[in-house]
Amino acid sequence: MLVRAETEARLQEKAKNIRRHIITMLAQAGSGHPGGSLSIADIVTALYFAVLKVDPANPQWEERDRFVLSKGHACPVLYGALAEAGFFPLEELKTLRKINSRLQGHPDMRKTPGVEMSTGSLGQGLAAANGMALAGKLDQRDYRVYVVLGDGEVNEGMVWEAAMAAAHYGLDNLTAFLDYNGLQIDGPVGEVMATAPLEEKWAAFGWHVLTIDGHDFGEILAAVEEAKKTKGQPTMIIAKTVKGRGVSFMENEVGWHGKAPDEKQTAQALAELA
Amino acid sequence: MGEKIATRDAYGEALAQLGRSNPDIVVLDADLSGSTKTAVFAREFPQRFFNMGIAEANMMGTAAGLAAAGKIPFASTFAVFATGRAFDQVRNSICYPQLNVKIAATHAGLTVGEDGASHQSVEDIALMRALPNMTVLVPADGVEARLAVRAAAEHVGPVYLRLGRPKVPVIFGDDYSFEIGRAVRLREGSDVTLAACGYMVGPALAAAKLLAGEGIEARVLNMSTLKPLDGDALLAAARETGALVTAEEHSIIGGLGSAVAEFLGQEYPVPVLRVGIGDTFGESGPPEELLEKYGLTAGDILAAAKKAMGMK
Repeated sequence: MLVRAETEARLQEKAKNIRRHIITMLAQAGSGHPGGSLSIADIVTALYFAVLKVDPANPQWEERDRFVLSKGHACPVLYGALAEAGFFPLEELKTLRKINSRLQGHPDMRKTPGVEMSTGSLGQGLAAANGMALAGKLDQRDYRVYVVLGDGEVNEGMVWEAAMAAAHYGLDNLTAFLDYNGLQIDGPVGEVMATAPLEEKWAAFGWHVLTIDGHDFGEILAAVEEAKKTKGQPTMIIAKTVKGRGVSFMENEVGWHGKAPDEKQTAQALAELA
Repeated sequence: MGEKIATRDAYGEALAQLGRSNPDIVVLDADLSGSTKTAVFAREFPQRFFNMGIAEANMMGTAAGLAAAGKIPFASTFAVFATGRAFDQVRNSICYPQLNVKIAATHAGLTVGEDGASHQSVEDIALMRALPNMTVLVPADGVEARLAVRAAAEHVGPVYLRLGRPKVPVIFGDDYSFEIGRAVRLREGSDVTLAACGYMVGPALAAAKLLAGEGIEARVLNMSTLKPLDGDALLAAARETGALVTAEEHSIIGGLGSAVAEFLGQEYPVPVLRVGIGDTFGESGPPEELLEKYGLTAGDILAAAKKAMGMK
């Protein structure tokens, strides 16, 4: 799908701002997970600024679309998007991981406006998203549920329990993204645990599977539209991404999974994201 | 003894009844609906019943999502799987976000019987009691189980409801009232207090009767809410009777005995002896014989009561 040039430009600008927030937040916190936050920055930007029906002034609006960040450690990208969308002040981003902050090291739905599910223990977000999608069907509501999983996260057996159930219950109001950046904490996915072939696995579990470039807004939005049109089964969008995307020295570097940049690195990263 | 009803049967009936009056009630099971008795609800409300297959972790996570969307899910399986297999999901997806999920776990304790240790949860109360935001209920008979199901549905927040497999004598009349957090005094007495929960309330009452025959008046407390604990009832018991015996079909580590000893140790130290399963797994056998072998009889409670009185 061709995205209108102005939409593309608007999303590019938002994604850049959110990436800058990620770097600044982590630098101020002194810890956190940049690699997997940057790899899904375009997906999360597309969702919050071109897809999700949400109301920042009324985060509990019953008809809202739901977004569950199953790979909870990537919450800096979620916080950046929520703040940009107006769920809470941008100023608050600097409190990430600090005591008494509403921005916990992993998402806490009771503390942060706009966070739909507390996650962090990997593998659990898809099941929660399934529950939200089931409730939406029961109540005949039109809302849709979106979830982002990590490619390391799918090592968890529970993901496959949830994959089975989503297809069993025909949850076509559910769309999942798999952040296929190819790296997990201990090294390349596949060396740590052989998860491939992911397309075939999700298809075998009964999902409609699409593979896209997770940094191309046109492809992201086209996949979301196709998912909306897909009836009777959930859609898995396998998004090929680059871990650390947007910051040259973080890209494809496993060491940037879970550490904050120092002062010099922060300056360089922000210069690249100017 | 008169009528006998399994607490799981009372659960099944109460759940279906609840379903009739509250459309937000939904039920999940992990391929055990015939045993947990959620099948009663499933027959009447197929749209609101979700069989999740033999996948307890996913069942708990799905229940969390349903609760996040405004439903009141009851998730059922055997206690050993609900609390052990899915512990992290109960912790992180239910208790931490304070989601309104009711975990109704059946087949708790040794009275599972012949299936043996793999299916006999001796540690579920300890696990659930340690979780912040969790309410823990252990009804003693069918009457109390029905009321506890209703109270659990009305309570906003996570609840663990511990239910048993065997038929147990009905202890309470139709006028019995149940309130979360309130211990019920079933018998007056000032020599010693027998504080029991679940299956062991019956044997505690029997022990009190035997003690009375020897001139010892035992107070009997039904501690059907393990968390929040009824501190006032325990303080009164400690002050007025000076010694307590706890009785539970659970490990003496982390269950009712621990809860009572923890509380009184800080607030009003008196002898507290714990009747329960020692630090061991169970085994196959008929329930009654297992209870005998593992020291969970009226006689065991009686002996502990005398010993506790001697320690005053």
